[in-house]
Amino acid sequence: MISVHGLTKSYGGRIAVDDLTFDVQPGTVTGFLGPNGSGKSTTMRLLLGLAAPDAGTALIAGVPYRSLRWPLRTVGAVLDARAFQPGRSGRGHLLALAAAGGLPRQRVEEVLTQVGLAGGELGDAAGRQAGGYSLGMAQRLSLAAALLGDPAVLLLDEPLNGLDPAGVHWMRSLIKAQAAQGRTVLVSSHLISEMALTAGPLIVIGGGRLLAGTTVAELTARGRGSLENGFLALTGAADYPAAFPGAVPAPSPDHAPAPAPAPAPGSERNSR
Amino acid sequence: MNDGYTFGHVARMEWIRLRSLRAVRWTLGGGLAATIAIGVVAGLNTRNAAGDPTSNVLAGVVLGQLITGVLGVLAMTGEFSSGMARVTFAAVPRRGLVLAAKAAVWGAVFLAAGEVTVLASFFLGTGVLRAGVPRPSLATPDVLRAVLMTGAYLALTGLLGLAVGALIRHGAAAVATVVGGLFVAPLIIGGVDRSLGPVLPELIAGNSLAAVQPVSGFSWSPWLELAIVAAYPAAALAAGGWLLARRDV
Repeated sequence: MISVHGLTKSYGGRIAVDDLTFDVQPGTVTGFLGPNGSGKSTTMRLLLGLAAPDAGTALIAGVPYRSLRWPLRTVGAVLDARAFQPGRSGRGHLLALAAAGGLPRQRVEEVLTQVGLAGGELGDAAGRQAGGYSLGMAQRLSLAAALLGDPAVLLLDEPLNGLDPAGVHWMRSLIKAQAAQGRTVLVSSHLISEMALTAGPLIVIGGGRLLAGTTVAELTARGRGSLENGFLALTGAADYPAAFPGAVPAPSPDHAPAPAPAPAPGSERNSR
Repeated sequence: MNDGYTFGHVARMEWIRLRSLRAVRWTLGGGLAATIAIGVVAGLNTRNAAGDPTSNVLAGVVLGQLITGVLGVLAMTGEFSSGMARVTFAAVPRRGLVLAAKAAVWGAVFLAAGEVTVLASFFLGTGVLRAGVPRPSLATPDVLRAVLMTGAYLALTGLLGLAVGALIRHGAAAVATVVGGLFVAPLIIGGVDRSLGPVLPELIAGNSLAAVQPVSGFSWSPWLELAIVAAYPAAALAAGGWLLARRDV
């Protein structure tokens, strides 16, 4: 459903995404992992046609995003939890989007109920100005916008940010359920433990390049039983876990070339 | 159903968005009420029996153009300051269509609000003219034209603001550009060379569109002058749409 090939994007000489190639299949949650600044969000924006690539292609259902006839009914995306105008109600935000997608008003109430912004513990939070929402509520509103068109593809960038433990549990179940219904779900995160609970296939990037197209099980095995160790070894922090458990080196902004263990561009699996 | 989204879908989105922001109603209503108030004061202060009272009571557009101009800017830059632009352009990847829909929806609202404002300015402002100053009516030659063109001017400055917002995307910088372009440029350019008055929107508004009696230096027909004013937002919208489609968000 998602097919990225040779995708490259630089900003002012700094390479953000470097010859990235991967596919994402339906029916399972695919984790999109990488250190801060590794190019996850840029890749998401390239997939959504929000940024234009310098080279390569990003296809959804076989076509570039900008060619989709009903984008909202094909792809649902959460890039930034607070991507709405603060003076408008959550319901108003969704009603406007529903109009753009040619969707009935009823659909707005359905997703508001689904994410708990209407008819639940939060009361009718959807009727209040969204600027007053907590980060967790904002995250729910953004998810509602993504689900509005009942899309076959979901792109979620750090969807757990700002959620309380119950919210995290709820979001995790929802993401898994969406994939189980046959949707293509790409979830970016820097939370390794969360990926272990949610994802099957993993796409690991560093410095904008593909480090591995692997799975949670495979990377865990490589980390001798720890997904985190497997990830740290892959992203070039192999020496850190022993001395400083859990430490991830801060990526420098001009860290354009991939770290030492990076495979040749385009290789699907990191060789051992 | 399967043909994909159209201008109509996008325009409906923008119409819902416009109506669901309370700040828009208050700013537009408050600003245009002040515009009318200026017209009433101008009517009270009109003493010259041989002057142009219609033009005088429309003096509030000096403020009104700022209200619509700034609201036009914010209609566009609000997308970028909130990050909503990414949601909008993911929903509608044909970005030119978004700008066109905003121009249609906001332009229609600005035009309606502008005409109501100038009609109210005219009736209230001429209603308080002192004895001895001849009171114009809409049936007086050129008066209806002057009033309606001035309302249209308010809509055009609003569209200019929208276009500048699309070009500059940053609210404060875009507002400064619109205010500078409407207010400061005429002071400087018009001050250096008075013959350029007939191509500067703010000077056109006061000296041609709103004028019933001819003003020296403005010999072109008000219709030509209105077309010159309209050329500014038209060109800026074309450039804004072109740039919007090509820049990353």
